[in-house]
Amino acid sequence: MRRHFALATLLLALAWVCSTLVPRGNSGGFDLVGFGRLPVLADGRLKPMDTIARTSLLMLQGRQRLAAADGHELAPEEWLLDVLYRPAIADTYRIFRIDNPDVLSLFGLNQGDSAGQVRFSFAQLDSGLSELERQAQLAGPVDAAARTAFQRAVIELYSHLDYYNRLKYAVQTPDRVDLLADMESPARLAADRPSFEAMETFSLLRAIPPAAPSVSIDGWRSAGRSLLDSLSAGAVSPSVGFYAALGVAWRGHQPEAFNTLIQAYRAELSPRFAAALSRCAWEDFFNHAEPFYTSLILYVAAFLLAVISWLKWPAELGRAAFHLMALAFALATAGILTRMWLEGRPPVTNLYSSALFIGWGSVALCLILERINRNAVASSAGSLIGFGTLVIAHNLSLSGDTLEMMRAVLDSNFWLATHVVAVTTGYASTFLAGFLAIIYIVRGVLSRTLDRETADSLARMVYGIVCFATLFSFVGTVLGGIWADQSWGRFWGWDPKENGALIIVLWNAVILHCRWGGLVRQRGLMCLAIFGNIVTAWSWFGTNMLGIGLHSYGFTNAAFQGLIAFVALQLALIALGSVPLQKWRSAALSGAKRAAG
Amino acid sequence: MASPRPNPLAILTSIRLTVVLLVLSIVLVFTATLDQVHLGVWGVQEKYFRSFFVFSQIAGTSIFVPVFPGGYLLGAALIVNLLAAHAYRFRLSWRKSGIWLTHAGIILLLVAEGISGILQKDNQMRIDVGQTRRYSESFRENELAIIETTHPGYDDVVSVPSELLSESASIQHPKLPFVVRPVAYYPNATLRMRSQVPNAPPGVATAGEGTDIVATPVPVTTKPDEANWPTGYVELVGPEGSIGTFLISTMLLEPETITYQGRTWRLALRAKRDYLPFSITLKKFTHDIYPGTDIPRDFASTILLKSDDGRDDREVRIFMNNPLRYAGRAFYQAGYANNDHTTVLQVVRNPSWRIPYLSCALIVLGLLVQFGIHLFGFFLRRRSGTPQPSPALRPGPAPSPPAP
Repeated sequence: MRRHFALATLLLALAWVCSTLVPRGNSGGFDLVGFGRLPVLADGRLKPMDTIARTSLLMLQGRQRLAAADGHELAPEEWLLDVLYRPAIADTYRIFRIDNPDVLSLFGLNQGDSAGQVRFSFAQLDSGLSELERQAQLAGPVDAAARTAFQRAVIELYSHLDYYNRLKYAVQTPDRVDLLADMESPARLAADRPSFEAMETFSLLRAIPPAAPSVSIDGWRSAGRSLLDSLSAGAVSPSVGFYAALGVAWRGHQPEAFNTLIQAYRAELSPRFAAALSRCAWEDFFNHAEPFYTSLILYVAAFLLAVISWLKWPAELGRAAFHLMALAFALATAGILTRMWLEGRPPVTNLYSSALFIGWGSVALCLILERINRNAVASSAGSLIGFGTLVIAHNLSLSGDTLEMMRAVLDSNFWLATHVVAVTTGYASTFLAGFLAIIYIVRGVLSRTLDRETADSLARMVYGIVCFATLFSFVGTVLGGIWADQSWGRFWGWDPKENGALIIVLWNAVILHCRWGGLVRQRGLMCLAIFGNIVTAWSWFGTNMLGIGLHSYGFTNAAFQGLIAFVALQLALIALGSVPLQKWRSAALSGAKRAAG
Repeated sequence: MASPRPNPLAILTSIRLTVVLLVLSIVLVFTATLDQVHLGVWGVQEKYFRSFFVFSQIAGTSIFVPVFPGGYLLGAALIVNLLAAHAYRFRLSWRKSGIWLTHAGIILLLVAEGISGILQKDNQMRIDVGQTRRYSESFRENELAIIETTHPGYDDVVSVPSELLSESASIQHPKLPFVVRPVAYYPNATLRMRSQVPNAPPGVATAGEGTDIVATPVPVTTKPDEANWPTGYVELVGPEGSIGTFLISTMLLEPETITYQGRTWRLALRAKRDYLPFSITLKKFTHDIYPGTDIPRDFASTILLKSDDGRDDREVRIFMNNPLRYAGRAFYQAGYANNDHTTVLQVVRNPSWRIPYLSCALIVLGLLVQFGIHLFGFFLRRRSGTPQPSPALRPGPAPSPPAP
């Protein structure tokens, strides 16, 4: 058992990973997978319907899972089809997350009204919409940074309801009974002009492809636009007809008709949009496989195994932890590569992908460190950072699709690939040094497991990683300066994000000079490295929260409380590390050798 | 380690001083970042970085006291510390080459930032489609332009920097038959028609358009999306007495016209101009967005560049991340206005723009060499199997600093 533990763990984990990668089938009679893979233009990029459904649900209710009133679980595609074709039923799904009690009281609701839940249906909110709109108009002109919690919640809920309502206009108007029948009479169509104009105005999706094959996305239209065009041109686009017929099949609960339509439509599209279809199919598979979620679980398991290995079975558990971390890393790599391919961009393009990359970079360094030292220290630090960054990434994904288009000034793959990657690697390594230092302090003070050899190897790792971090954060900052000089004509503009990066460089320089000058020993080095966590967290998130400057692209409020808690925790750990060495439980450090003061 | 009498040279060359200066720099940068919310990015640069001391006002008084070293002082101190340490502990060896390179690069970088703080000029050009411009305008500095238009062939311009308008001394110029006496100057103000303000105080202006306008001083704004509208009153005084007191403001679109002794002047408070030895004509401006969104995909200005000496007459496309560098200036696509009918170019003049490139190359090379030496040594020791005591753990006095 003990001899084969590591191998058994790895095989078990591999089997589980493979099970998540099995392409999904259709559980009911409807070809939901086929529908989910249909391409549609939204937010400036072609994506599958599945992504629309999932990102909408994530944004509105904070999760992808959804249950109908009778308790049966709905696939994201089922929900989207109901929104498009059966809005009255979709309105009964509890998808609007409301945490603010004052906002709830606008609708005469309490948190208890939804059976202990914080999610409410559109039907429940319907009566209070005009009051919400009034409150949103009052809150709108207030500076985003100066809004109260109530005002922020009002604006957020209002924009969510608006988004939801717009979805209903994607392929037909919500009150439409049978667009397919209406399409047969040109006179009736002409009379419907106002409803098509409403579709064109409200719809966020452009589901109708151009008639001619084209690589450019400029020809994609909303169904409303296409119908308006057909009023003058005469012929209705077959794609509009397809979506209308699909609605009839979905409303009439006719799976065979539904599936035939999907197959015929895909066959019709494939000669013209083969690349887009296969890309969307991949994205659908990627959405379904959820590689980052799988690797998050693996990181937790790896962390637990690594920590337990300090108490029992160091060699076997340590090796198992290393294997799981490597597996999680491989999955995260595949996930990041898929995102890069889908987007046609270097790995880091927004706050979400920076979280993925920071985790990835730290774990990569830890895999190397663990190969050198083999004491499960780097495995525990790496899996902890991997886990933490994926949790952060999940929370960042709640604001919508994470594969965003780049604004004009950021539209430079060269600088994204150099400056952004280098700076993010600097963040990753500074965090890694800090987390290794945390392990030193926590193990040293609170447990008896930190022996001299492990302590020395930790000190070497932290020192090496700080050197690495200095190099990368400096190079990244400088490349940012060069980009700024190329784009705006100034090398350095004292923008908050630039300053944050500069502080990381300066802090790493402080650590190195303190150590070279003999101003600190092992324990001091660790405390300085932990403070590096605060500096890096400030640069990564804090500077965005000021709401000013060129990089203020990710203002989030829950993140602010998270940042405060993180900083407090780091300060507590530094205080813990400052406990007199005699009180440390690890004898190697508290005993005769007091040199580490 | 502390000796009873601190040796000034030892302090000046110490790594301890380096650490103190670095920590002070971090505090300075951090505080300045937070203060940007109140002061804006330009105000912060003046207060924190382009200064020797950061001054703070004692509450309730108008007394300012220095509370923290400013960017110039910290930068200079770091340079002195570095130079002194290298001079004092001069040792030329391969093991120190990385540190030498890094520190040389840092000195160069600090010097370059100091120079560009003094020399760099940021201007902008707003050009409508089809329009030709031969000057750029300052973002923040203004001037009172007194333009004599008497001669049909040319204009004669006397410009007065706006700083002089906030002082009380009269301004005299040999080209002008009158003196300009500043009456009032507000860095920011709002203008309204007198007929729309029921209880307006009596006006200061005695002549020109300004008699119909009420100017109310308002606090200076630092928000990036808001502009200040400097406004003031000047009295023109000839030998026989006052010609009149005029309202001047950057918000006024048309200059004031003054006729005196048979000559004609126009009077305008406007952004300070930098005349170019060439002209720029905007032929086309394009602003693309991603379909179905309002996310900008690209901005581009197609311009015609014509130099006065006739050597250059060509079309140039300026777009995001692709500036035009010409005649010591760089032109960047900065924005647009007027429903995409007007382009806004940022014009930067910074003679020292190349230095950071050089210094950064030096630093990166230095860091690579230094850490490479460390890493190489680590693996060498590992291979030979010698135990690896952490240098930071050696008992007794600190390990000799790898000077500096």
